Amino acid sequence: MRLIMLATLALLWIAPAAQAIAPSEMLSDPVLEGRARELGKELRCPKCQNQSLDDSEAGIASDLRRIVRERLVAGDSDAQVKDYLTARYGDFVLLEPPVKSTTWILWYGPFAVILLGAIVIWRIAKRNKARLAASGADPDDDDGDGWEITRR
Amino acid sequence: MSLKRLPYILPLLIFAGIGVYLWIGLGHDPRILPSALLNKPAPEFNLPPLQGRARLDGKSEELPLTTASLATGKPMLVNFFASWCGPCQVEHPILNDMAKAHDVIIQGVNYKDDPRRALIFLGQLGDTYDRVGRDQDGRVAIDFGVYGIPETFVVDGKGRIQYRHPGPLSPEIAQNTILPLLESLK
Repeated sequence: MRLIMLATLALLWIAPAAQAIAPSEMLSDPVLEGRARELGKELRCPKCQNQSLDDSEAGIASDLRRIVRERLVAGDSDAQVKDYLTARYGDFVLLEPPVKSTTWILWYGPFAVILLGAIVIWRIAKRNKARLAASGADPDDDDGDGWEITRR
Repeated sequence: MSLKRLPYILPLLIFAGIGVYLWIGLGHDPRILPSALLNKPAPEFNLPPLQGRARLDGKSEELPLTTASLATGKPMLVNFFASWCGPCQVEHPILNDMAKAHDVIIQGVNYKDDPRRALIFLGQLGDTYDRVGRDQDGRVAIDFGVYGIPETFVVDGKGRIQYRHPGPLSPEIAQNTILPLLESLK
């Protein structure tokens, strides 16, 4: 029984995720097809928006998959294929937005907020410690979390 | 307001700011994206004409639709349509009205269509296109960045793309956006 369950799990593990790519669309060269699959995961279907090219059944997605393969066969690099599509559909077709001046807030904003928070906490802790020292309590009693001031 | 209060009020202000930002975001239609080709020349293409049309302006010439036919010195519309597309039927009277009442030049791109059905479609709804090119494999549509038809582009006299409207045109968009834009490009 346990063996059957394990075998079923193993089968689930190796079963490919559902994809919309028709066998007729695939390239015979496994290396190029592999690159096309990688690109298909990183590119967005412009019609359905929350699906990648490979996941989408939309007619435009299948057309774009064909174009991706066509460009790869013609000798384009992955970056050139992406450029070809962004020239027509904008950065929107890239599921991961590129790092450039207009997307700096998007990429670095969260780190800036964390840094800002750390500075604020550090300053509060420092001030509390100073007040604690001024009140005559033993500053070494402070465990550094900044809350000791309320204890007196 | 004393500066001492700031640490207490600041989070509220930030929260309100984010709230306003998200509230505005709710009103945006995520399907309407600006064209990546704005202010750029229309892509190179050469489409064979749809033959056998009965044009409402009485002309009988049936010329191929090319990049050069978009740069004639006059602003115009490029409309992607197909007989199998429901919203195209809905917007077609608006195109006809702009052509008849405002002398708007409209080039049609017949997307992945059976030419006989396209002729029936135009026969029933009225054919006010200048040229109609047949984009049989949809390749020209992709070069224009079209992701679903109907889609309409405004092209200036030099053949540069000035505006893109995805989806069917409404009388409001024709009246408030497209006609004023065409007028300003003259």
